[in-house]
Amino acid sequence: MGAQVHGTQTFNAAKRAEIKFSPEAMATVQKIISQYPPERIKSALLPVLHVAQAEFGGWLSPETMDYVAEVLTIKPIEVFEVASFYTMYNLKPVGKCTLEVCQTSSCWLNGAEDIVRYIEKKLNIKTGETTKDGMFTLKVAECLGSCGTAPMLQCGASFHENLTFEKVDGLLEKYRNEGRLRSYTDMDYHNTL
Amino acid sequence: MGKKLLIHNDHVPNIHTLDVYRAHGGYASVEKALKTMTPDQVTDEVKKSGLRGRGGAGFPTGMKWSFLAKPEGVPRYLVCNADESEPGTFKDRYLMEKVPHALIEGMITSSYALGAKTSYIYIRGEYFYVARIVEKAIEEAYAAGLLGKNILGTDFSHDCYVQVGGGAYICGEETALLESLEGKRGNPRIKPPFPAVAGLWGCPTVVNNVETIAAVCPIVNMGGEEYAKIGIGKSTGTKLISASGHINKPGVYEIELGIPVEEFIYSNEYCGGIRNGKKMKAVVAGGSSVPILPTELILTTAKGEPRLMTYESLGDGGFQTGTMLGSGGFIVMDEDTSIVKNLFTFTRFYHHESCGQCSPCREGTGWMEKILKKILAGHGTEQDVELLWDIQSKIEGKTICPLGEAAAWPVAAALRHFKHEFLDYVKNPQNIKDVKHYYRLNNLVEA
Repeated sequence: MGAQVHGTQTFNAAKRAEIKFSPEAMATVQKIISQYPPERIKSALLPVLHVAQAEFGGWLSPETMDYVAEVLTIKPIEVFEVASFYTMYNLKPVGKCTLEVCQTSSCWLNGAEDIVRYIEKKLNIKTGETTKDGMFTLKVAECLGSCGTAPMLQCGASFHENLTFEKVDGLLEKYRNEGRLRSYTDMDYHNTL
Repeated sequence: MGKKLLIHNDHVPNIHTLDVYRAHGGYASVEKALKTMTPDQVTDEVKKSGLRGRGGAGFPTGMKWSFLAKPEGVPRYLVCNADESEPGTFKDRYLMEKVPHALIEGMITSSYALGAKTSYIYIRGEYFYVARIVEKAIEEAYAAGLLGKNILGTDFSHDCYVQVGGGAYICGEETALLESLEGKRGNPRIKPPFPAVAGLWGCPTVVNNVETIAAVCPIVNMGGEEYAKIGIGKSTGTKLISASGHINKPGVYEIELGIPVEEFIYSNEYCGGIRNGKKMKAVVAGGSSVPILPTELILTTAKGEPRLMTYESLGDGGFQTGTMLGSGGFIVMDEDTSIVKNLFTFTRFYHHESCGQCSPCREGTGWMEKILKKILAGHGTEQDVELLWDIQSKIEGKTICPLGEAAAWPVAAALRHFKHEFLDYVKNPQNIKDVKHYYRLNNLVEA
């Protein structure tokens, strides 16, 4: 059965029964598991959570975490304690595109706050919120290792660097037109290093 | 032009592929080590080279390797720390993205020296696409017989894997990284035992930074003594510097250790001077954790000697008048920069990234962030400035891992060298330019 309540979300047995990796995702998970000695299967947890987040709507519901625990033959609480520690795992639903604007020193020096303000105005949301159509979530992030190409934002696997307001406009339009969920595990990534 | 050993071929088209990398001399160190040297000979060359850990601490790599316990029948591991998260640092990302095989080559050669049959490259989760590039390079290496069973027809077999993290600065601390690699929260371990004795899954483990491991290749190729001729004194070899901030040419530069800081900042070969013709105000020389220095102290030591890009010269004068080379994350600030605001971004960072195990760090970082917020909003008092000093002094040295120091040092240095700016904020709040902006960003109601 697993834990009944994870964070602010409630466990739903009916939803849990529907959760299953697609064959492709399962193949990826098996490949990850094969990297470790069989008795060390728990080591696969972080990468498998990334696969699960991408597979099940961009966030880790209590049902998803319970399923990951079953796949890795560990306790659900072991999944939750990890999922709640690392910033890349969403424990609440997010928009299809999560825009993470870096705000640490070098990005701040290069106008990251203006980028955040611009996106907030443009999408009519505040940092931390999701647009009504469920398309965009805006977040701020701590140093993403793009200091020489600041300011920058990350969306899924892609780094968008040397940002200007015009670049942000183009980016939002492109993402809105494509309309798909963007995940860290995406194979098509964009970067400008 | 200084000598380059790590990213000298970064401009070559398709250098990220195995064929092009090999055509430019790649994997020579694997050939040389596996076919003509014993593992101990490789370690000896690394010792002779004087190579020091490039992640930030600067500990001699050869010595770290020699601490590795080698009990019979127990597997040993090499783990590459690619959890590059120190603000101002992006060199490992550059290296892995441009020349991923330089890292794989180093992993194989180093693993041979250590007797590790398996190695892991732990890459920060945000660098997911970089992990894809490194994984692709690993696949190529397997296909060419450079990884797997009986590498290049020798007795040495080795498997190398990539693991991505979940977004946590603390996992750059080696024992937190090992916890994370084991599928747990990134809480640093109490030491001893050190990883060299009980590391990954309790087995002897060496954890080295990306750049450190890549540097093993030229060391084996040219010999440790030759490598040690580059640089000055105990700062041998080349170092990747990530340059950012208000400079004309931000980017990753490979320097010979020992060039003057002034040359690095102002020469067109490197940073190309300060943007928009402004004057320089301050520099953070080695990633956010190291003490910030004002212009006069970053260019010359307190004794009046030119400051050089070496571990020793940057550290000259201790923390009173010096700093550290650290990770080589070089953040340059122009005359218009608010040191208080910059410190706020650092402190907010450390508060966000504290793992929460130790009270002084967990509570202290948040407390300092709150005080800085208050000062920036124009509500600070002189006592707040004194309190900042007091808090940082009570974090340093009182935590399990060095995140405590990393959070305390920037505060101490900013107060040491720029106290007048803090006092100006509290005495003349009407002069603060971006108060409204600040309130809006933090979803606060203006008082």
